[in-house]
Formats: sequence, structure tokens, C-alpha cells
Amino acid sequence: MINVTIDGIKTSVHRDTSVLDAAKQCDITIPTLCHHPKLTPYGGCRLCIVEIKGINRPVTACTTPVSEGMEVTTSSPVLEKLRRTTLELILSDHPNDCMVCEKAGDCTLQELAYFYGIKENRFAGERRVYEKRDGNPLIERDMEKCILCNKCVRVCDEVQGVSAIDIAYRGFRSKVCPPYERDLDCEFCGQCIRVCPTGALTGRMWSLKGRQKDIREVDTICPYCGCGCNITLDIRKNEIVRVTSKEDTINEGWLCSKGTFGYKFLNDPARLTKPLIKYKGKFRESTWEEALGLVAKKLLKTKEKHGPDSIAGLASARCTSEENYLFQKFMRAVIKTNNVDHCARL
Amino acid sequence: MKTNKLEIMVCMGTGGIAAGGTEVLSAFESAIKKLKIPAKLKKGCSVHKVGCRGLCARDVLVDIIIKEKKSTYQYIKPDMVQRIVDEHIVGNQPVADWLATEDYHNFHEKQVKVVLSDCGNINPESIDAYFAVNGYEAAKKVLTLMSRQDVIEEIKRSGLRGRGGAGFPTGVKWEICGGVKNAQKYIICNADEGDPGAFMDRAIIEGNPHSVIEGMIIGAYAIGAGKGYVYIRAEYPLAVERLRKALEDAGKKNLLGKKILKTGFSFDIKVKLGAGAFVCGEETALIVSIEGQRGMPRAKPPFPVHSGLWGKPTVINNVETLANIPHIIRKGPDWFASFGTEKSRGTKVFALTGKVKNTGLIEVPMGISLKEIIYDIGGGMDKGRDFKAVQTGGPSGGCITADLLDINVDYESLAKVGSIVGSGGMVVLDDTDCMVSIARFFLEFTQVESCGKCVPCRIGTKRLLEILDRITAGKGKEGDIELLEELGKDIKASSLCGLGQTAPNPVLSTIKYFRPEYEAHIRDMKCPAAVCKELIEFTILEELCKGCGACVRACPANAIKGEKKKPHTLSSELCVKCGSCFDVCKFGAVKKE
Repeated sequence: MINVTIDGIKTSVHRDTSVLDAAKQCDITIPTLCHHPKLTPYGGCRLCIVEIKGINRPVTACTTPVSEGMEVTTSSPVLEKLRRTTLELILSDHPNDCMVCEKAGDCTLQELAYFYGIKENRFAGERRVYEKRDGNPLIERDMEKCILCNKCVRVCDEVQGVSAIDIAYRGFRSKVCPPYERDLDCEFCGQCIRVCPTGALTGRMWSLKGRQKDIREVDTICPYCGCGCNITLDIRKNEIVRVTSKEDTINEGWLCSKGTFGYKFLNDPARLTKPLIKYKGKFRESTWEEALGLVAKKLLKTKEKHGPDSIAGLASARCTSEENYLFQKFMRAVIKTNNVDHCARL
Repeated sequence: MKTNKLEIMVCMGTGGIAAGGTEVLSAFESAIKKLKIPAKLKKGCSVHKVGCRGLCARDVLVDIIIKEKKSTYQYIKPDMVQRIVDEHIVGNQPVADWLATEDYHNFHEKQVKVVLSDCGNINPESIDAYFAVNGYEAAKKVLTLMSRQDVIEEIKRSGLRGRGGAGFPTGVKWEICGGVKNAQKYIICNADEGDPGAFMDRAIIEGNPHSVIEGMIIGAYAIGAGKGYVYIRAEYPLAVERLRKALEDAGKKNLLGKKILKTGFSFDIKVKLGAGAFVCGEETALIVSIEGQRGMPRAKPPFPVHSGLWGKPTVINNVETLANIPHIIRKGPDWFASFGTEKSRGTKVFALTGKVKNTGLIEVPMGISLKEIIYDIGGGMDKGRDFKAVQTGGPSGGCITADLLDINVDYESLAKVGSIVGSGGMVVLDDTDCMVSIARFFLEFTQVESCGKCVPCRIGTKRLLEILDRITAGKGKEGDIELLEELGKDIKASSLCGLGQTAPNPVLSTIKYFRPEYEAHIRDMKCPAAVCKELIEFTILEELCKGCGACVRACPANAIKGEKKKPHTLSSELCVKCGSCFDVCKFGAVKKE
């Protein structure tokens, strides 16, 4: 353990802890826009700068590991002035359209601008303007709102292993984009949306459906595969507006494209809500009792007439392990056949 | 050194080739061939290329050595070759008209050449030529007679500091990396020279590539590295070509590869081309660039000596630093330390440019005064104009004014007055240079070259540039100077890497020394040096105008009217302020203010 003092609070933390995390353990919040606990520290936004006794210039808390006896100051007139300048600079190159932004109310940049009370901007000047809209169907990419925190690039590379985007160009023209600025053509896992601190990345499907303050959260499990990711349904007016996931869950807040974007069928008028039975070549609506009764009757009949091995069962990868366990038990103990398999083997 | 009876050396650095060096060389070759020299004498004749000798403005430069007597010709063109051969080589009578003038020799006289000692004297494409000047003797000595610690001690004792800009003691860097336990270490030569107007490293590699390779071998041995990289910018094709040739030749002679010179030490060097990003000269950006990622700096620590290329301990040295190493080993640390000042030992190569008579590449002992550089080596101010300032250290540096001309050029003294030695850029400015425009020029460069990673550098330098833009365009506001200062200081304090931390220096230092000039732009709407187009006006002085019509013909906007032999008039509405009339008027009748 390493002993450090942060804003006068003495604490001891594990070796390799960053100053930012050590401060968090002391309940001290240091502002940051580019840091994500599960991604490699970046040190790009320069908001988490702190003063360390013995070092003659401010250093970023996210990239600096603690060392024995370190004395850290997280807030001082000098630091706050520098943070203010940095924020002003970011805002000078950001559309001032919070009133119509999807992310308003849930935007780290907006929150920081509020707490630092930035009304006037000394550095008003040219702003990046991009005419081209990304043609992909799922992710709205408004690069004018991008603050180049690099979180999307890192999550795509480090968590998803896809590397669909990176920073192109240099200096003020720097821009996060797919190769050759083509339309995004990736897995569409949506992880980038989840980590974006501003309104630069949002889901097309939830555009104008309601901001964070308008929604009710319902925690549930993703129905798509056996992984059982924890998801949170953001609901407004009894309709799912979007799907998110919390970080303190089994899937650590990460989801795939189905979990993130595959909810539209829920409110689709063509969605099946009752079992159907085919009678004389036509489907008719039925009840679960009738439908399951029919299946049981037919299975028993076939078993009696042709023997248990005339029946085979094929299970789905979308079922949980428990469901698949029950399914094979059913085939073996009830039907009495070993003819059971799983779609993942096909 | 073997002396030839006849040696013709043609300057073929990039400057020499651009001036026609290749053609001059082949003209000499064919002229000598025609002479029908007897075979037994031919051995003593040599016509070959050499690297840059500094004064590129006089290219093509040709040295002719007959029986150890050297004559230097300047501005040589292929059609002049035959006469030189006939009169000088055959007739033993140098062509006096074409010989280099006295100031050429003055330019060289006050210089002390260590790393450039063989540039311009040996054929850079011949390893034998390098052997002939004791090349690879130092490497041999190190590998066969010295321990790793001995080498580090020698370099530490020499006082050599990194020539890339930061001036970190080289021996200490090697010692730290040498002390890190790891089976795989790297040494990287940083040849990503990017400061505008700086070409020290290019000239060294073009003129004597083996000296850099030898320095790398010695460094690799000292720290225990098995692999080296030269990270060189692709915009230096000739340097890359000569470096590759040198590496190949060194490999053939077993100076690189497995079990070098039959010792137990193995070491090899790869060349990695930079893709044109200035920021890749920053060591952490350079490392990730070699690894195949976008060149963006990262926070230090960890320092490369602990975790560098592929996470392994890595030493990164600049070209000039490495080229000093063989000399230190061969002639001893005390010899090296005898040049320079107490804290800045040895010599430093500078690219002297701007408004001096002799511009070019110079090597001077540390501690020499600025005055000596500008007036003795540089030959004084060009066109007899007044000295205004000298800008050192390129886009990371600052200005030094006339009253500070006596200061010593070394790391500490320049830092004290708000500038830096940097990688060695030195731009001399006269009274026709606008300091706001100079600051703007450097900011334009750093702003475009910022990697975009951190906010203060990416957006901050852009805003600095915008403010400078409006000041030079006559749209400056009260408070702009203060805003520049405030923002500049904040960018310096909060940027991630050296680029951002130094980018505001040209602005801050020009404000410090030339504040009235900034104020004149804003308050009086005047550019005192008459450079900023929006703030100058051209008028024709009636009493001086002879009505010759030269300005009328030169004006692209038909802004000047007037009858022959009568004073002309200039319409300020039509004038596009190109300055053509000012340049052509022989009577000083066009006023610019």
C-alpha cells in the first residue's frame, strides 16, 4: 500500500492506483471529460490536472500513478483558472445548441460549463463545421459536438476489438472518423454512444423521443442470448425509448448491437403476442393452454407410433443455460431420446 | 589519412544537387577521363561527391586538392568545368575569378567543427572513406576494450547534452537505461527534424551517415540494446538513401549484425520513415509511430528509458548527439569538454538563416556570443540593414534583441532571456521584419502540427493564431495583447507535451520585447516594419518621381497613372499592396508606411 495525502486527507491506496482514483476513494471529485475507468488513461482533456508537491507543473491525475508520500492538491486558484480556460476553449469550438441536444441534462460538458459558470467566452472564434452526415442507420454522429476525448476510439479498440474509428487529420482539424471518412460500417455495438460525454454520438432510434430527465428506468435482462446481460430500459409514455446498461453489472455496462438496438419489435404491430395454430393451411389465434396441449398430444402420439428416437430436439442459443439444461432433460427423461442438439453446433 | 595527388570534391548535399552538383560531378569525371592520365598515376586521382559544408547559397561548391593544396570554387556550373580542368589541373593556375571569396573563408574560420568535421570532406557513400578518417575506430575500441560502465562514464564526463532541444545529459540517460534490467532494449536515433528552416540533422546524415551509425553502436553497447531504429522523415530522400547504403555497407563489414567484430555483441539497425508529422519528433509520439499507431504523445512518466518501444527500455538520441559520440570516445571526454561552457560542453550545429550575409549551416563552440555568430560567421547584416532580433529554437523558441547580442549561446544563457537553444534554428531579423508576423508564422506552423490530442494545444493555439490574424489584419482590439499573454501562459501550463508547452513562446517573447510594435498594430493601425498588408499604404512622392513609368508597368492593378516625365499618382483604392512599384522604383519615390 502507498501512503498519499490528497487535499490534506491522508489515505493509503494500492500500488499502481492513479491519483484520480485515489482521490475518488477519498470522495474527492476531480473534473474530467476523457477518462473512463475501464479504458487506458488518455490525458487529453487536461481538466483533471492537479498539483503535486515537488513537481513544478500541473500533471493530469488520470495518468499519474501515486507514489509514497505524495502530496496532492486537487483544487487551487491556479488549477481552477487553467480548468476554466480549457473549458472555455472546448466550448468555443462547440455548437451552443443545448436546448435541442439529445444529451442535454446528461452531458458532462454541459454540467462542467454550469459549475464553472461559463457564460461569456473570451476565445470565440472559428468552429468546426461539417456538412456531411454519416449514412449509417443506427448511430447519429454529430462531429461538431465532438470534443476529441477519444473514449469512443478507445472503447472500440480496447473493449470491442474492432477499431472502426480513429482520429484523422491534425490540430484544429482533428476529427474522429472511420477510414477515409466513409460512412460508419461496423458491428454497431453502440459502445461508443455509451461512453460519449457529449451529444456527439447518440442513437438514431431515440432521437427526439425523450431526454434522460423524461424517462423511467426499468432494470431487466437482455432476452437475446444466453449471456444474460443486465440492461436498463429507458421508458417514456410506456414506450421503450432506448436501452442502456449500468456499469456495476455482470456485463460491466457493455452491450452488443442486439442488446442496444434490437428492441423495436416490442412495439411493432406485426409482433406475435399469442400462439398461432395452423388449421387447414391457415393460422388462427389460440391460447397457450391449447397450443402446448396440442404439441404434447402430437409428441406422445408420435412417440407411441414410431418410438422415442423418431423425435429430435434442437435448442436455441438465445436460451439461457438453465433453459437449455431443462430442454435436454425433457428430451432425455420425458421423450426418452438422446436426439438433442443446439443451433450453435450447426 | 591517405593523400591523393589530385582530389576533386563536389558538394552534393541536397543543396548541392539542387544547384546542379550531379551534372558538375559528371562533367569533372568526363573531363578528367579525357586527360588520359597514365594508369599508374590514376590511382592518386579521385573525383567524388561530398556532403554539405554549410554555405549552400554558394553551391555548387567544388574543392580541388592538388598535392595537398586546396582551392575552393563557388557557384560552379557544368559549363565552367572544362576551363577549371584546363587552367587549374593541367595548367596549375587556379581560375581566380571563380574561387570562393574571402567571406567564404571567414564563414568557416570561427567555426569549430566536430560533428561536421568530415561532412564536406569525405564521400558519404563510401565506408572506406569513413575508415580513412578513423571511422569505426571508436566502436572497435568500445567493443573490444571498454566495459559498458566505462563508456557511460566517458560520456558523462564529457558533459554531452542532448542536441534535440531539451539538453538532457546523454550519459545520465544511458546510465538510467543501462541500469534497467530487461533482456530486450532499444536505441532510437531521432532524425525527425521538423523545425521550419532547420536542417542540421539532414546535413549530418547526408554528409557522414556512418558517424551516426557508429554513435548508435556505441550507445547500444552501453545500454545493452540489441536493436536500433533510425526514425527519419520521408521528406529527406537523399539522407534516407545514404543512410540505407551506409547501413548495408556497415552490415557487410560486420559492424552491424550478429557478433559484431567477432565480439559477443550483436546489434542491428532498422530505418523507419516518418509520415510527415512534426509531433513525431516528440519521443513518446515517435515511439507509438514506430509501433504503427497514430503519432500522439502520452504523459510521462513512465519515461522511455523505463518503458519505451513495445514497452521495453528505450533510449532516444538525436542525430547530432549520436554523431558526437565517436569523437568523444576517440579523442577523450576531456577534449570534448574543453569546448563550451561549464554546463554546456562541446559544440552545437545551428542553421543560420534570415537577414545575414552568409546563411547556412554552422558549428560553433557552446558559449560563443551571438554577436560573433552574426557578424563574424554570418558576415553581418545583409544589405546593411539594422539588426532587430534573432529568433532561436524555432517554433518552440523566442527572440533575442539587440541589447542582448553579447550573451553566450548555451542552454542556460538563452533560457535566462526567454529563448532556447532548441534543435538549432537561428533566424536573424532586421528592421523590415514585423514581429507580430513572425509570431504569427510560427503559430501557424504549430497550430497545424498539433496532434489534436489535448485541448489547450489543439484549440488554444488556434485561438492564439486567430488573435494574431486579426491584429495583423488591422482588426485588433484593446485587450488582445493581454489575452494573448493570458492564453499563452495557460497553454504552456496545461498542455500535454513539449509542442503545446512551448508553442506560445514565439508570441510571449515577441510581446515581451516588442510590445510597442503590437500596440502600434492595434492602436495606430500601423505596421512599423511595413509588412502587414492591411496596415500599409503606398504613395508616390511627387518631388522624387521622375515619371519613368517603371511602376506603371509593374503595377498589376493599374493603380498608377501619369504622363511620361511627369510625377505619377497612385490610387489607394485600386492598390492591392503587392509592393511591385516599391521594388522597381530606382529613385525611392514610392513610399511605404
